[in-house]
Amino acid sequence: MQARADEDPPGSDERPQKGDLLVFSEGEQEGKLITAANLPAGGPPVHAWPKDPKTSVVRSASRLNEILVIRLDPAELDEQTKARAVDGIVAYSAICTHAGCPVTAWVKSDAGDKEVFKCMCHNSEYDPRAGAQVVFGPAPRRLAALPLALADGSLSIAGNFIGKVGGAQPG
Amino acid sequence: MTDVRVVPASREAIRRGADDKNSKQEFERMKKGTSMTRKQWLLSGFVAFTCLVSTAAGAGPIENYSPVTAQRLENPEPGNWMLYRRTYDGQGYSPLDQINTSNVKNLTPVWTFATGVVEGHEAPPIVNNGVMFVATPMGQVIALNAKTGDEYWRYKRQLPDDLFQLHPTSRGVGLWDDKLYLATTDDHVVALDAKTGKVVWDTKVQDYKKGQYMTLMPLIVDGKVIVGGSGGEFGVRGYVAAYDAKDGKELWRTYTIPGEGEPGHDTWQGDDWKNGGGSAWMTGNYDKDTKTIYWGVGNAAPWPGEMHPGDNLYTSSVLALDPSNGKIKTYHQYHQNDSWDWDEVEAPMLIDLQRDGRSIKSLVHPGRDAIFWVLERTPTKINYVAGWPFVSNDVWKGIDESGKPIVDPAHKPVIGKRVEFCPSLWGGKDWPSAAYSQKTGLVYVPANENFCGGFTGEKIPLKPGELWLGTKPEDIGLKAKPGADHFGEVQAWDPATGKKVWQHNFPKSQMFGSVTATAGDLIFAGGTNDRNFRAFNAKTGELLWEQKTNSGIMGMPMSYEIDGTQYVAIQSGWGVDAQRIQDALATNNIGIESNVPQGGVIWVFALKK
Repeated sequence: MQARADEDPPGSDERPQKGDLLVFSEGEQEGKLITAANLPAGGPPVHAWPKDPKTSVVRSASRLNEILVIRLDPAELDEQTKARAVDGIVAYSAICTHAGCPVTAWVKSDAGDKEVFKCMCHNSEYDPRAGAQVVFGPAPRRLAALPLALADGSLSIAGNFIGKVGGAQPG
Repeated sequence: MTDVRVVPASREAIRRGADDKNSKQEFERMKKGTSMTRKQWLLSGFVAFTCLVSTAAGAGPIENYSPVTAQRLENPEPGNWMLYRRTYDGQGYSPLDQINTSNVKNLTPVWTFATGVVEGHEAPPIVNNGVMFVATPMGQVIALNAKTGDEYWRYKRQLPDDLFQLHPTSRGVGLWDDKLYLATTDDHVVALDAKTGKVVWDTKVQDYKKGQYMTLMPLIVDGKVIVGGSGGEFGVRGYVAAYDAKDGKELWRTYTIPGEGEPGHDTWQGDDWKNGGGSAWMTGNYDKDTKTIYWGVGNAAPWPGEMHPGDNLYTSSVLALDPSNGKIKTYHQYHQNDSWDWDEVEAPMLIDLQRDGRSIKSLVHPGRDAIFWVLERTPTKINYVAGWPFVSNDVWKGIDESGKPIVDPAHKPVIGKRVEFCPSLWGGKDWPSAAYSQKTGLVYVPANENFCGGFTGEKIPLKPGELWLGTKPEDIGLKAKPGADHFGEVQAWDPATGKKVWQHNFPKSQMFGSVTATAGDLIFAGGTNDRNFRAFNAKTGELLWEQKTNSGIMGMPMSYEIDGTQYVAIQSGWGVDAQRIQDALATNNIGIESNVPQGGVIWVFALKK
């Protein structure tokens, strides 16, 4: 962490903050701003980094900052999730709460008919419509949620992570 | 055998409570014999209080610890288990015979101990003259009185927040002199003081942020701590490395994939070798007579062989190494251009065989590639002797005279097309260890039958620290063959004749735990999703005893002796790949119990008195 911090710009390993924008963390559009139009209705999710609009620093120095952004049918969201969403768009930490792997898949659940976030390391599944609650697998708790807002047509982060980011540690 | 004494509990209580005023007061009260109400007890918050109530618990440093020497590792006392498979030959055989086929029905738990963590508990409890050391997932080591189950100390590694553990486990601590050695999932080797659990040295091996990690029990040879790296799913270049047991200085490092100019490099094309896999994530065995280490090497990366044309030395091989400098003496590659994730990381067992009318110093390896391998080791070479499939497969059409399996291209994964193959990615037998009984002359194999797998190869760019399989992880399949009447098996083979002597089938479960043999003609094994720990008759395969435990068992049974009593110990704690297969079975809806509870417990058994 220290060695990298020397090379990385200040703020790049800080957790996402209110007012941060979202940029693609992978693919051809890596580094570009994510707008509502980039998100296909009903998934799959887009992988994102938070970006400080004041300094233009992308907070990519810690993998604990990787975010899943997905656009769902607003009618499917539970109350709490709806309150954190913008037009059905919700965001969560991409770090599985079991062993800290990246949650990469958007597949039909092993435990139901709906598509869910799935961690391919140990098969934990999360339902993004219901605050990313665990629907299958060994994960002990939900993915941390990230409330969103719209700022000049772009998605922005409306507050800190709700819940703990990262895997379980021994007690 | 118990030459272990502990400091009096009260001294430990003073030490622990020294900076806590309330604790001190309570301690004084206890000394004076002042009685406390239950409410006071609950309110006290005094961590060491329980130590006072129970005079034996949490007693702290170990006195009169027996230092571990080269002589003791080469010829371990019958009552001890100080190496991964007890002896350097890797046989997994205990010479203790107090517990035997006629009395094993009276086997009963004498103590248990909760480890406090979930996930796969894979390590054998290690016992040195009455002291037990248990490694668990999450970088924890627990030191216990092996007779009473009372804790001496506990080490908990503080793993980094951003670490992700594809295989959250540990397979044990190595012993040398008065220290223990733990290889961690954040890729350090840590030396602990055996008496106190305090860190003596801590050496970074590679960078966990690049997907480099370790789960194996270090092999200790003549004061060297020898480890191998995991990360075959992250595009690493595998290695075996040795550290000075005294101070943690790196002594040598041998890559399992030859670099430019080294012999075998020409079995790779272009830059494929740089990320070609060949991780070496299991403990090696050691021939003390020729001073040769035999170390198993994992799959080539990424999975489809089309992405790394060539034989790909030394992936899916066994390496013969000189422990003094790490030089490769010779090798044998089990199969070429691996495309199935078939690691051959379990080191072959060193067995003296009479075969075809002659004595053979053999290497025996029931492979993940579904072939039961018998090889001959000489000081300079490894010769192919025999090989035969021990579970059904559709990948090999045969084995040629030199020992190379002949592949059926229809079942070899490629890019852009889904290919199915049997057995599955987890093979005929994964890393859980086989055993050899010197009494029966048989090899016991924890095998899986009737599973097939498949995936569609895909060119995916490598990102350091991220999964790099050459396919989408969600595309990986595990299928049960239609009409299969069982999955897991324990098999007994005569390596001299190639004949199967017996087989026990598990109709509703995979088999994913190591087996251990004893001189009482018993085979101990867990490995099934019904949480049972079992004892079989080593000669006939008859199931003689079973005990339901807290969780599924994917660890290694071991046996030890204290004061004339033989004990059998196992960790029960399901997770990692036993759980992955379980999820696939549950999804296939073949009527198996889908929920195997997690959470580790150490179980110790002895005969009912």
